[in-house]
Amino acid sequence: MTLFRRLLDDRAFLAGAVIAGVMVLVALFAPLLTALAGQDPTTFHPELLDSARGGVPLHGITADHWLGVEPGTGRDLFARVVYGARVSLGVAVSALALQLLIGVGIGVAAGLGGRYTDAVLSRLTDLTLAFPLLVLAIALLAIVPQSWPRPALLAVVIALLGWGGTARIARGETLSLKTRDYVSAARVSGAGTLLVARREILPGLAAPVLTYAALILPSNMITEAGLSFLGVGVRPPTPSWGQMLSSATTWFRADPMYVFVPGALLFVTLLAFVLVANGVRRVVDPRQREVLR
Amino acid sequence: MTLLSVRDLRIGFGNTQAVDGLSFDLEAGGALGIVGESGSGKSATALALLGLHGEARIEGSIDFDGLELTGASEDQLRAIRGAGIAMVFQEPLTALSPFHRVGDQIAEVYRLHTGATRKAARERAVEVLRQVHIADPERRARAYPHEFSGGMRQRALIAMALACNPRLIVADEPTTALDVTVQAQILDLLDEVRTATGAALLLISHDLGVVAGSTDDVIVMRRGAVVEAGATDQVLVTPRAAYTKDLLAAVPKPSPARVIQGGPLLRVSGVSKRFRKFTAVDDVTLDVREGETLGIVGESGAGKTTLSRMMVGLIPPDRGSITLAGADIARRRGRSVQMVFQDPMSSLNPRRTVGESIADPLRLIGEPAPRVKIEALLVRVGLAPSHYDSYPHQLSGGMRQRVGIARALAPSPRLIVCDEPVSSLDVTTQAQVLALLEDIRLERELTMVFVTHDLAVLRQIADRVVVMHDGAVAEVGDVAAVYDQPQHAYTKELLAAIPVADPIEARRRRALRRVELAGAGLSGSGLAGAGLAGTGLAGTGLDGAGLDPEPLGATQPE
Amino acid sequence: MTGYLLRRVGGAIVVLLGLSIIVYALFYLAPKDPAILTCGKGCTPDRLADVRAAMGLDASPPAQYWEFLRGLFLGRDFPAGPDVRHCPAPCLGYSFETDQPVTKLLADRLPVSASLAIGAEILSLAVGIGAGLLSGLRRFRILDRIVNGLILAGYAVPVFLVGLFLLLLFCVRLQWLPFPTYVPFTTDPAAWAENLILPWIALAVIQSAAYARLTRAGVQESLAEDHVRTARAYGIPEGRIVRTRALRGALVPLVTLTAIDLAAIMASAVLTETMFGLPGVGQLLVGAVNQIDLPVVVGVTLLTGFLVVVANAVADLLYAAVDPRVQLR
Repeated sequence: MTLFRRLLDDRAFLAGAVIAGVMVLVALFAPLLTALAGQDPTTFHPELLDSARGGVPLHGITADHWLGVEPGTGRDLFARVVYGARVSLGVAVSALALQLLIGVGIGVAAGLGGRYTDAVLSRLTDLTLAFPLLVLAIALLAIVPQSWPRPALLAVVIALLGWGGTARIARGETLSLKTRDYVSAARVSGAGTLLVARREILPGLAAPVLTYAALILPSNMITEAGLSFLGVGVRPPTPSWGQMLSSATTWFRADPMYVFVPGALLFVTLLAFVLVANGVRRVVDPRQREVLR
Repeated sequence: MTLLSVRDLRIGFGNTQAVDGLSFDLEAGGALGIVGESGSGKSATALALLGLHGEARIEGSIDFDGLELTGASEDQLRAIRGAGIAMVFQEPLTALSPFHRVGDQIAEVYRLHTGATRKAARERAVEVLRQVHIADPERRARAYPHEFSGGMRQRALIAMALACNPRLIVADEPTTALDVTVQAQILDLLDEVRTATGAALLLISHDLGVVAGSTDDVIVMRRGAVVEAGATDQVLVTPRAAYTKDLLAAVPKPSPARVIQGGPLLRVSGVSKRFRKFTAVDDVTLDVREGETLGIVGESGAGKTTLSRMMVGLIPPDRGSITLAGADIARRRGRSVQMVFQDPMSSLNPRRTVGESIADPLRLIGEPAPRVKIEALLVRVGLAPSHYDSYPHQLSGGMRQRVGIARALAPSPRLIVCDEPVSSLDVTTQAQVLALLEDIRLERELTMVFVTHDLAVLRQIADRVVVMHDGAVAEVGDVAAVYDQPQHAYTKELLAAIPVADPIEARRRRALRRVELAGAGLSGSGLAGAGLAGTGLAGTGLDGAGLDPEPLGATQPE
Repeated sequence: MTGYLLRRVGGAIVVLLGLSIIVYALFYLAPKDPAILTCGKGCTPDRLADVRAAMGLDASPPAQYWEFLRGLFLGRDFPAGPDVRHCPAPCLGYSFETDQPVTKLLADRLPVSASLAIGAEILSLAVGIGAGLLSGLRRFRILDRIVNGLILAGYAVPVFLVGLFLLLLFCVRLQWLPFPTYVPFTTDPAAWAENLILPWIALAVIQSAAYARLTRAGVQESLAEDHVRTARAYGIPEGRIVRTRALRGALVPLVTLTAIDLAAIMASAVLTETMFGLPGVGQLLVGAVNQIDLPVVVGVTLLTGFLVVVANAVADLLYAAVDPRVQLR
């Protein structure tokens, strides 16, 4: 309860939580919001473009198109941004869930396992941590057939390559927890490895792993945006913020608005999640109070 | 001549008053002890002498050789630190910089205060290292602290203290982290350098035995205030304050011998255990008889913790067998054997209530764990039924240890192995927990194995004693026999090193140790070398950082 | 020490072999028929058979891999129509797209990526350590807040967003700088730096945040250690304590990180290179992926792995060099 109270006293955390919350709601209710606006993310509106100037929108913000339209295609920008939130957040969250599953599993197994299990799993973890994720992700996404659903694929690729940090933390904590005398006490009384893991280790892992997880979420969003920006992630017509920025680079002199909307949204959302993560970490781990006092 | 005069010293942190009106005088060349349990304000006083408190309210007067230290500027204080007043800290493992050579660290201090040349400073470092009996000081000066054992590091720190010929040496728990034999050596060394250099000594400790033989006067502190002050011979022999009497009464005393009838319950035969290249336990054979309390004593690295963990089946032995009433210990758990652990902070899961922790062993042997039964157990170990719903962090160290005892008792085991159960407790709490263990043992006719580094505690609680040294059994026998007529050289050395609270006896033992040392032709540091040199990097937080799959600080029991 | 080095090199070779097997399997064996991909649009059955033979796809997968591995160390010969052309070691094959040796493509691109990585790393270290130290010592509150902001921003911005912003500001609005094009250092150092300054800044915004955080934490942790208290108790001035003890402690993890980061940036500055149109290894990869030019993709991936493994080994050695407690066993 006092932890919660301290979180609420943290203004930076509150601001982050509110913005992050709004973004999550926007992503969840994307169809409803676009219906309210009377638009959808895939309909072309060539009549709104200035074909003489290469397809730059004729108007800026209008009553019909709340954020204007996309240059070149005339698709509604608001609808695309809202659906883009859905894809960006969806990919990041599903990847996070998978990462936690793999990372905690491997970390705890390495921590509780014998010397050789530990050596092999730790080496594997080090390798995935050291290897530049982006390169492998790009390479992997290149050979996958185009017909596979990109967002789900992205989540899986990000998770498969990005569980190392979680595993390392889970292993470290497990190693430290398993030398505690209360674990020995349980074993003296006859508790087996699985019971010890479930009852004594996993609850102790929750706090450090979740605080770390709070930081992976924005980092997953950055990876997704980067891959989509490079053209190997989400592809049109499916919108994501990174994909929109990718299309926007060709227009960024003619139509700065097209860069600005997804760019600003991406930055603000990321900052919000980082603030939330930072607030949680400060409260949970008093040693980590350095960032943003 | 008065060197240090403290008047009405008050130190406050936030809402707490750590020291509340402390006054004392220390003569030039004299030795004063400050004794108190944790929270008495003794360490805060030491830091205040050098103005080392970051954010504290300090009132009153500290007069050092005519200079008022409470209002002194940072520059004035810096000139005093190391040169006028030198500190020796508790943790020799971490008190020296890991990045610099020992000799360089000493030379740095010397150059800073005297402006000597590099060469002169290096020579001075070697000189003081020789003065504290570091063998081969020229070579050792070029070593890094991690290449020293714990005792050697503490010697190096004392050498650093001597470098600038200070007029006062403040030693804050200088031996708490050390083994008994090393502790005796360090205390002897402090006494020796005091006589040799004429520096005064302010010795701060929780242990009456540490202060008894090394000081002229003593101050007993409790909760920031002085309880009793006077000549050491008088305060420790004929105390006036009730608290001092309690402290002295809490010092373990020999108890009358008992006759044990029982046959062997736990049989350890030919047991060995290695961790990588380190042999922790080497071919140990012993019996624990039904109904007795068997004490196992030894210094760090002796293998006693590894042995005790093998006795309860936590660690499988490499060779040999351990049987309980004829059955292999690996298959006997819960109802037959239980364990009480050393650190009451880590022996209870911080996320579960006390009641839940005690219920665990019952549930594991398939018994229901009714609240009523556990509440009765809590009452039996001196807690209240309402503690069932408490979390460990809400309890004091002594209370947590009582919970640990209740948990061990819950499944009604035949044997309880206690691994240093009172080592991390204050003296008075230690006495209470010992008394509780003894009561319960009598009441339930338990068999007990009691592992400790503290010979005095064993003498009070054990029937028979096993002395361990370098993983092997040095000596086994009835308590009275081992203590009065030790056979093994190591046992003799251990017994001679026990700190005693009687000042006259303490001085007699020091004289004995010096005679023996002179006779053996040992410089003293040779004995210290074996202890902690192999500790490596444990606890420096470096593991997991590199890509080397071999953890740098392999965690080995003991 | 020698034993350690031997084992370390042995371990690195095992890791690289493992990596090459995985990469080879993923890219050459997993796709249904790489030959169809290679053959391109106007593919005739005759030509397809030629391609298949040229790629050695008729052999069994282990045999294919063995040929590949041999090429890497000894070089190999490829049938090219009626002739045979020799590909000297280290042979990574020929680009499907441009028909140039992959090794040459990589060698051409590497100086660009190295320029980018080294410059960005130096800038990041300077800014990161400086900011981390200033805020770790807790002298100025305002400065502390600025560093905090920088650190959080470093977590929250993707590099291409920073790049876009910098381009818009300096090249479009203010027109202070030209749009970056790569000029080799040997041709004109001033132009080299002028063209790379924006990519360096873009990478440093993110990288320096991590260094600042690490330095600050390290300095604060070191200052709280027992040996610093000892130094204070012996009258050693605060400035000297910071220099010889606190900073020393904080730099230990940084030194190792730098080696690893250097390799990581060089390999993964894909986004920065694409953003600023720099012809580095990353850009080569993206191009190859879009053209499904498998030999190039495999080449870049293996090069990346090689750099990372080497950097890790160097990091371990550096670690032992800066911390006397670490022994290489």
